[in-house]
Amino acid sequence: MKRQIPLILCFLFGVIMLLTQFSPHSLSQGVYEEVLNWARIITPFALVFSTITLLQTHITRIRRQTEHWQYSFLVFAGIAIMVVVGIPFGPQNPVFEWLFNNVQLPMDATMFSLLAFFIASAAYRAFRARNTEASLLLITAVIVMLGNVPVGDLIWNKLISLTPWADALADGSSGAKQWILDNPNLSARRGIILGVSLGVISQSIRIILGIERSYLGGGD
Amino acid sequence: MAYNKTILCIVACSIFFLCSTYTFSQEPETIPPSNVTVVDTPNDDGSSITVTWDAAPEDSGIVGYQIFRNTDGGEFEEVGGQLDANETKYKDTEITKGKEHAYIVRALTETEVSVDSLQTGAVKASGQWFHTGKIQLFIAMIIFCGAILGSIYLSRNNQEVFVRRIPGLEAVDEAIGRATEMGRSILYVLGLGGVSGPATIASMTILGQVARRTADYETPLRVPCNDPIVLNVVREMVKASYLDEGRPDAYSEEDIFFLTDSQFAYAAGVDGMMLREKPAAIFLQGTFYAESLILAETGNSIGAIQIAGTDSEHQLPFLITACDYTLIGEELYAASAYLSKEPMQLGSLRGQDWGKVLIFLTIVFGVFLELIGVNWITTFLQRVG
Repeated sequence: MKRQIPLILCFLFGVIMLLTQFSPHSLSQGVYEEVLNWARIITPFALVFSTITLLQTHITRIRRQTEHWQYSFLVFAGIAIMVVVGIPFGPQNPVFEWLFNNVQLPMDATMFSLLAFFIASAAYRAFRARNTEASLLLITAVIVMLGNVPVGDLIWNKLISLTPWADALADGSSGAKQWILDNPNLSARRGIILGVSLGVISQSIRIILGIERSYLGGGD
Repeated sequence: MAYNKTILCIVACSIFFLCSTYTFSQEPETIPPSNVTVVDTPNDDGSSITVTWDAAPEDSGIVGYQIFRNTDGGEFEEVGGQLDANETKYKDTEITKGKEHAYIVRALTETEVSVDSLQTGAVKASGQWFHTGKIQLFIAMIIFCGAILGSIYLSRNNQEVFVRRIPGLEAVDEAIGRATEMGRSILYVLGLGGVSGPATIASMTILGQVARRTADYETPLRVPCNDPIVLNVVREMVKASYLDEGRPDAYSEEDIFFLTDSQFAYAAGVDGMMLREKPAAIFLQGTFYAESLILAETGNSIGAIQIAGTDSEHQLPFLITACDYTLIGEELYAASAYLSKEPMQLGSLRGQDWGKVLIFLTIVFGVFLELIGVNWITTFLQRVG
């Protein structure tokens, strides 16, 4: 029974929510909105529970004095400051905004800016021309990179003028880049999207019919 | 005599001039809006009525329109303000449900002369139960669902289903075995998706299978979560997997924890775990955004075996570059069936393939028809979109 009730609910709500997508009637849309509201109501409770687990994790770290346990005090300090400033005075108060704009945003931006270096290191590994596929990838990447910089067309036209295909490739590197993005790249992306869409349909049917029930805990 | 002729000529010219001036200075007659129709807006919830009329000629001098509505035969009142002269349609969304409404369209001119159309018949709006504009989508859904359900039904009779080898899933055991031999933990990252995201659900399914093996091998499994609801579901799933394997004592609730719901703070936290704990195997399965490469490159730098999987096609190149194995798009959704080997789940994969065959044939047939100048398939698919 513990397993059957969730499966029945999943089937009922799955079918109902599917049908609401094809029915504009106010009753149907009302049911859709109501179910979404229920889902939203769960989130705050789960957030409180999650905050408790976060605190428990760091209390355990301090108690056991695991490596770098001192940093756990920073977690408590961060939570305490934001709660003390945010809850009584609201998120619009100047101190809260100052903390958000001058502490959280710069730290987020720092992490995001690391991406540039990671892209460089990943690109270095990916573009090493070790075999035919990697060589093709390298050539394509060079064309796309040339197409993205203003000086690219100038370099491209100089290089192409030395080859017999100067007329055929007269659109410059930006034209070649656009062709790559609009044709082979877009085709591959659409292929992936079609596969993903069918995968989602298949998975949804398995869940609605109770064939896949691992989300309930356990596979059987 | 000549004097009389001159007088006569002047009088005639004056009469002609006066007539001409009158003719040219006369304003064009303003024509009232014609062919005004009013209908219950199709495919809505009964909250609007649409009024349409014919476009006025360019030289009509009309500078705008006003719409007047009455309810159940009462007084007419203006609705919607002044409309542009090029408008020929007005959707009234402020009607009273269950009551009849009639309309008049008033044409406004530069000289502030206005002319009204005839009053339309009264219309009552009602909600539709089926959106006829989505009929193509509905048919497509029935066909694909039918193919998948048919395949699942056939697989119940133990029809053998061939599934091609997926290296990323074959490597799951290898990754867990490596972590066990090295005496290090396994880090499982579910991405930034919520519990309603299909990729997150698929990822949780793989996690359930991974947890069964880590329960057998007694390998520590660490799962930092980004979403509070995902955290609770994952805890239950992993706990049940350990129970199913008869190892409830090996389950550690502390290893599945909430990190943060902020994107880059989450990336920083997971990166920190990677660098401090140096897990031997890292699973990056689910929905990822810009943080995908930050996580994958850090995992690569510590020499962990990395198995990634996502349906975010923009992040796939990053994961393919930085990880040892990557489940591309639909492979993520096939993972549950592939790992569990359940006949009914495998049957659904065959249904997916039938769907792909159907799409492929439609594309080929559509291209052929376009080449011979017939475009009804293209039109049909555009309407689905």
